[in-house]
Amino acid sequence: MQVVVLAGGLSPERDVSLRSGRRVAKALRAATDFEVIESDVDTTLLARLRAQAPDCVIPVLHGAAGEDGALRDVLHSLNIPFVGSIAAACRLAFDKPVAKTLLTNAGVSTPAAVALPHSTFRELGASEVLAAVLDAVGLPLIVKPTKGGSALGAALVHEAAQFPAAMVGSFAYSDVALMESWVQGVEVAVSVLDTPTGPQTLPLAEIVPMGQIYDYTARYTAGTTEFFVPARLSADVAQRCADVALTAHKALGLRDWSRTDLIVDAAGTPWFLEVNVAPGMTETSLFPQSLAAAELSLGEITAQLVRTAINRG
Amino acid sequence: MTGSRLDPWVDSYAERTHGMAASEIRALFSVASRPEVVSLAGGMPFVQALPLEQIAETVKNLLLERGAQALQYGSGQGDVVLREQILDVMHDVGVVAHPDDIVVTTGSQMALDLVTRVFCDPGDVILVEAPSYVGALGVFRAYQCGVEHVTMDDEGLVPAALSEAIVRVRASGRRIKMLYTIPSFHNPAGVSQGAQRRLEILAIAQQAGILVLEDDPYGLLGFDGAVPRAMRADDANGVIYLGSFSKTIASGLRVGWAVAPHGVREKLVLAAESAVLCPSNFAQLTISEYLSTQPWRQQVKVFRELYRDRRDALLESLQAMMPEGTTWTIPAGGFYSWLTLPNGLDATAMLPRAIAALVAYVPGTGFYVDGQGRQNLRLSYCYPEPDRIREGVRRLAAVVEGELELANTFGTTSGLHPTGGSSMPAPDLR
Repeated sequence: MQVVVLAGGLSPERDVSLRSGRRVAKALRAATDFEVIESDVDTTLLARLRAQAPDCVIPVLHGAAGEDGALRDVLHSLNIPFVGSIAAACRLAFDKPVAKTLLTNAGVSTPAAVALPHSTFRELGASEVLAAVLDAVGLPLIVKPTKGGSALGAALVHEAAQFPAAMVGSFAYSDVALMESWVQGVEVAVSVLDTPTGPQTLPLAEIVPMGQIYDYTARYTAGTTEFFVPARLSADVAQRCADVALTAHKALGLRDWSRTDLIVDAAGTPWFLEVNVAPGMTETSLFPQSLAAAELSLGEITAQLVRTAINRG
Repeated sequence: MTGSRLDPWVDSYAERTHGMAASEIRALFSVASRPEVVSLAGGMPFVQALPLEQIAETVKNLLLERGAQALQYGSGQGDVVLREQILDVMHDVGVVAHPDDIVVTTGSQMALDLVTRVFCDPGDVILVEAPSYVGALGVFRAYQCGVEHVTMDDEGLVPAALSEAIVRVRASGRRIKMLYTIPSFHNPAGVSQGAQRRLEILAIAQQAGILVLEDDPYGLLGFDGAVPRAMRADDANGVIYLGSFSKTIASGLRVGWAVAPHGVREKLVLAAESAVLCPSNFAQLTISEYLSTQPWRQQVKVFRELYRDRRDALLESLQAMMPEGTTWTIPAGGFYSWLTLPNGLDATAMLPRAIAALVAYVPGTGFYVDGQGRQNLRLSYCYPEPDRIREGVRRLAAVVEGELELANTFGTTSGLHPTGGSSMPAPDLR
């Protein structure tokens, strides 16, 4: 059986994706006798896929194209089975404000937020718009690109004077910025895996960065963040977190695997932040840590998902 | 209850590893290696211009005729024949020395490391240009040195600023160990010290009893054919000279050298042996064979002309396309031009936007230890073909225009991005 692991691409998360892809490919080779081909995404990809006619593709692409559904639409058009969510679900999940709205409608708590494009600030005047957002969202708040991951372009704003710079940092990565109330609490990631009996959560991962936020450096430098898997939460709170992640997985129509990021406040309420359709698989990523805590092998789980993808065609 | 930090040795690392971390900037550079991106970021020499068939023949002959020597350990100081040939190479920059004064190293980067190791204790101060070579700053940081930047102008390091820096640092009770300078075709500034200025700087250093570490990888790559006279040519005892074959022959062979006064050289050899035992014999003998069998000066001329064409493509495009308020240096040799953005713009914050527009550069902050350089960026013209350079500048100009609009909207373009981690590009960045 031939499986293509797609990693790399042109997103700012290219390096993370390449590392994730290598890890998935290595695990799959160790667990199976599949022929595993690692492939970047470029103008030669479709010709290569046509020539190779793989049995299955595993998109391990982070950022746009990989997570916004576009590439999955192309794979679908080529009738190539793939692991992960379909394009329509990716589009909902990748756009943070859209995902927040859908989860709010499903009864999940999510921090107050406003999402605005750069053009709104230009047309209405930045100071006026920022003042209105401050009134609506309050301080502290976090500014982040509406599309993208790995905390690239994200910045915490404690005082109004920091707000313009945070906006500029976010607009460097995306034309629309999400300005979201900063909820103090415990940062938790809940990995979800589809099984024959339905989606199941893996042991929850609690994230304790050394700095204020779980930024790019904290995510990808071993030693700069402490992880507790399973998270140090009461059974009741842990269950509520798991419920939110399962709700997100189902409400957005996600498939195979996903990872939901939450903050649990002092009262034990989980606040939905975002959901990832292509969870990171690097040495410091959360999904593999949760798999390990459940005594599951990344290679074997991926192989199962490959077989499932091939069966559903 | 203790969690996992995914690195069982996290509490064991030396203090000097502080700052060795993943960074957003490094992540963005990984995109620059894609062919869609016009990379004006890396400093990779255009080795495709080398006569590869002749080099293949050279290597083949070397292995057939002296294979046992080439594949064996060698002297810690470096092959003696190569050291004699290096004297011939340095003749062009006016350096006269003895083969025993030379220590061959694994690229001049290793020589930089050895000199710092031999001279500097934690807290010792090294004076450097503002801006300075990012790879040198990384070495100085690793040895926990204090780094003080000294102002430059269009003719390089400003002598009066050097004098002031010496007084200031000494008044603060700190010990200055050396002045690190790239006098010819500076990386990243692209400027060169004039002959008179070199003498002034040497006089100041001599007067103050400060060793000069002269880094000269680009000296033979002047576009008007004139080769600047090295500082070492005028002070054999007060200057350690670093040379390299990376830009004139092949960076992949990793052969550089240091020329140092006798006492220093002895320590450098011992330090080199403790670090790597000996530089690669295979690489040294390949260079040696190339120098003795190939018209290497003619090849340097080929490189000079090729880089001059690319420099011209860069400068003409900048002149034609960059928004008002943007300035840049005009290099007379080497690989780089140093660009200053219009007031208020921030090259670090702008980088993601540039990468999205498929053009890459190195933000100026990487060339300082103190946060300066936000308004600057380094443009490298050594690797892309002239048409690609023009396209890269076109994309960059559009990014700067967009950034100006952002500045107009928000009154700032400085992001609040975390600045942790290394901002040094990987050596294989195009």
